Amino acid sequence: MEQLLGILREMHPETDFETETNLVDDGILASFDIVMLITRIEEEFDVVIPAKDIVPENFNSANALYALIQKIAEQDD
Amino acid sequence: MLFPSWAFLLFLAVLVPVYFLVPKRIQWIVLLLANAVFVCFAGVLGAVFLVVTVITVYAATRMFDASFARQKETLAAMKATHTKEERKSMRLRFEKRRRIVLVLTLVLNFGILFALKYGAAIGRISANLFGTEAFGQELALTMGISFYTFSTVGYLFDVYRESIPAEKNPFRLALFTSFFPLLVQGPITRFETVGRELSKPHSFDGRRFLSASLRIAWGYWKKLIVADRLLVAVRTLCAKPDAYRGGFILVEMLLYAACLYADFTGGIDITIGVGEMLGVTVEENFFRPYFSKNIAEYWRRWHITLGEWFKRYVYYPLSVSKPMRDLSKNTRRFGAGVSRRVPVYLATILVWALTGIWHGSNLTFLVWGLLNGIVILLSEELKPLYARFHVRFPKLTESTFYRGFTVIRTVLLLSSLRILDCYDSVGKAFSAFFSMFTTWNWGAVVNGGIQSLGLSCTDYAIAFLGVLAMFTLSMVQRKGAIRKRIMKRGTVFSVCVLLVLIGTILIFGRYGFGFDASQFIYNRF
Amino acid sequence: MKRKGFTVIGILLCCIVFSGALYAVSRLVVPKYHDTLIEGHLSGEYYRETTDHDVLFIGDCEVFEHFSPVILYNEYGVTSYIRGGAQQLVWHSYGFLEDALKTETPKVVVYNVLALKYGEPQSEAYNRLALDGMRWGKAKIGTIRAGMTEDEDFMSYVFPLLRYHDRIDKLTKEDVRYWFSDGDPVSLKGYVMHAGVDPATEVPQERYDPKLPESSMAWLSKMADLCEAHGIALVLIKSPSIYPVWHAEWDAEIEAFAKSRGLRYDNMIAENDAIGIDMQTDTYDQGQHLNLNGAEKLTRWFGAVLKNEYGLTDHRGEAAYDADYAELTERCEREKLRLQTEGN
Repeated sequence: MEQLLGILREMHPETDFETETNLVDDGILASFDIVMLITRIEEEFDVVIPAKDIVPENFNSANALYALIQKIAEQDD
Repeated sequence: MLFPSWAFLLFLAVLVPVYFLVPKRIQWIVLLLANAVFVCFAGVLGAVFLVVTVITVYAATRMFDASFARQKETLAAMKATHTKEERKSMRLRFEKRRRIVLVLTLVLNFGILFALKYGAAIGRISANLFGTEAFGQELALTMGISFYTFSTVGYLFDVYRESIPAEKNPFRLALFTSFFPLLVQGPITRFETVGRELSKPHSFDGRRFLSASLRIAWGYWKKLIVADRLLVAVRTLCAKPDAYRGGFILVEMLLYAACLYADFTGGIDITIGVGEMLGVTVEENFFRPYFSKNIAEYWRRWHITLGEWFKRYVYYPLSVSKPMRDLSKNTRRFGAGVSRRVPVYLATILVWALTGIWHGSNLTFLVWGLLNGIVILLSEELKPLYARFHVRFPKLTESTFYRGFTVIRTVLLLSSLRILDCYDSVGKAFSAFFSMFTTWNWGAVVNGGIQSLGLSCTDYAIAFLGVLAMFTLSMVQRKGAIRKRIMKRGTVFSVCVLLVLIGTILIFGRYGFGFDASQFIYNRF
Repeated sequence: MKRKGFTVIGILLCCIVFSGALYAVSRLVVPKYHDTLIEGHLSGEYYRETTDHDVLFIGDCEVFEHFSPVILYNEYGVTSYIRGGAQQLVWHSYGFLEDALKTETPKVVVYNVLALKYGEPQSEAYNRLALDGMRWGKAKIGTIRAGMTEDEDFMSYVFPLLRYHDRIDKLTKEDVRYWFSDGDPVSLKGYVMHAGVDPATEVPQERYDPKLPESSMAWLSKMADLCEAHGIALVLIKSPSIYPVWHAEWDAEIEAFAKSRGLRYDNMIAENDAIGIDMQTDTYDQGQHLNLNGAEKLTRWFGAVLKNEYGLTDHRGEAAYDADYAELTERCEREKLRLQTEGN
């Protein structure tokens, strides 16, 4: 989780990712950021997020995103 | 049927009472029949294409669902007896079959759209290249095909990804694909929301009816009073690129910005209002787009549904696709910054190229799309610079003045890009744009120039008041939904507002004899 | 419950005020055709008539500028009215006849055949000129439907605001002056006087179809049927003029038609000498239309024909007619004087 927060903070230092729950809908994470983020997640977690999971609900908060990463990681095993 | 036509108003006046008077069970059938009438009214050929789309997408999605079920069954049965590798190869076999069906369906549906949209242009180009006779000149878009193809293909993708189950009744899919208000100028909608709601029963609600009428009337108001009026001047300006240069180009940019906004949002207001009248919620397509601070934000607020569609079905899948990931890995030796940017850049450029082509078959649209993409990437790269600027001058960058500046800058930037929309060649558009800086003819523009564009001083005054009204309403809207606030003040007040809207349209609207009932500009696409 | 009642009354009130306001605006923007484009005023003036008529002229400018009901009455005692208008096409004429027959039955209907050369609607502006003043009824609905050009729609006749709303920034004093009043009549029982002289010159050559359009001949036939049904004598005339040319083939076609239906047909161009028309002095626009001089000569000649052939009653001495026509004569003299002083 800390690792994920680290990536996010690097992208948007001004945002408090631990409390924010509307990242996509409020326009903090734009499509550009999302793709960058997915690339970073693949690099660091070795997890590939499929296109069907790229929906606002999964990216609106750091927690949701972390849950998604874990879910995919489990499936892969 | 165009929105501003007696035929459309009559159609609505018959449909709405019938829809609410028939038993709820058959409401959706009545609506389907109404759609059929609407589609056939526009031409039988268009109806044929629409039916082809419905049948192919229906068949494909049903196949997907059946395949998912069989896959699960088979894999479950294999669990005890087969190895993991064997199960995986079985899964891949299922996936492959589905992919083949998906690709065939896509090729057919986009093939029709592509042929109709670009057939004539390709015919002309090949005629120029090979000196043969230009073929396909009679090809033209049938009504709404750009919009319903995208909506329905979106549904195809959703089922393919197993995000939603396939609709079992083909007529309900047909109801979604052919929903008539969406055929005029969109928006692109999702089966999950609009499609499901369409086939549900709806009861009549007087207040909702009144509220929907307000929205429809406001749509007509924008279109007939502002858009169709300014269109006269815009057309005059665009028709003579040699005569109108320099200062005229800035006039053209601003008039076109107002005209396009009034036209497109007006049309969408009518569409959403008609949906609301029938009890169906249609997605919003605009969110005060001209108040955006940069182009990327503008594109999240203008023609929202098109942007969403491209993001959902092209941009994300493409940027996380295997080839893209491999490409990203292969470029790591140039540094992490480069390798991370590769997917984003490629996907962005591709999506914007596609968005450009979607808007028109002319080369100008492709250039327009690419420039939009480049501007967005550039401003993304400049972000650290801006951030430093913000830290350095926090007082300035947080002031209303600075916010106003970014908004005006964005409007000017996107208006400059739209010049490409006005001319038939990229050269003409660029020459027109740069003439703003080289030809200083403001004297001629102000003294008689503006008055020679086909609009009288009264016309400009009316259009200006119209734009002012739209602006004021947008400002007010920031504090809450306007129709809700009108309705809160009572039915009588709302009826008064409605009547004032209708009255001013009748008197000041640009319609009727001697004036070409111009198509909604977005109808072309 | 009480609240609901208030709401309904409130909405009704709103709608009434709204309709009233729109009606007022509509009246304001509709062209008044009074000081300018007076031809548009002609179709409505008929309804001001207080006496009936033995002779009804219908047709285009070759009737409303060529015959003077004042002379017909003062010299022959024949009562008459002209329901003519600028480029009034045959279906318009039919409509005006049908409309007039609702309130009176003349003994003779005189139709000028020039407009038969048009078998298709010609111009939206002239349609409006003819029809805006017409009273609503079956006749008007039929005429509108028959004569609409492709871009017109029926609704704009029902609600003229739809047609004229963009005049809102082109309003003149005339529009305010006649906003809710029709003003004085602009014609003398349908006759519009022209006093100038512009001698005829050579006739421009034009290509033409030697056969009159079937559609207009069908309307003429309908007109003959209508007259027959009401026991009215239909007289076909071709008023004297040099241009537009009335071709010999057309003349023969009408001659044959008249014969087949047992109608009288007068080609007055052939009678120029008998009538005394001199296109050097009797036209105000080089032989297209007659001026006052020409119209008076023509009316005298034709008045004798009507009187002798159809045995029309001499109404002179009947108080109602005498009073009506005395007033008309006075207006006619004033108009002559005005034209002389203004040197029209």
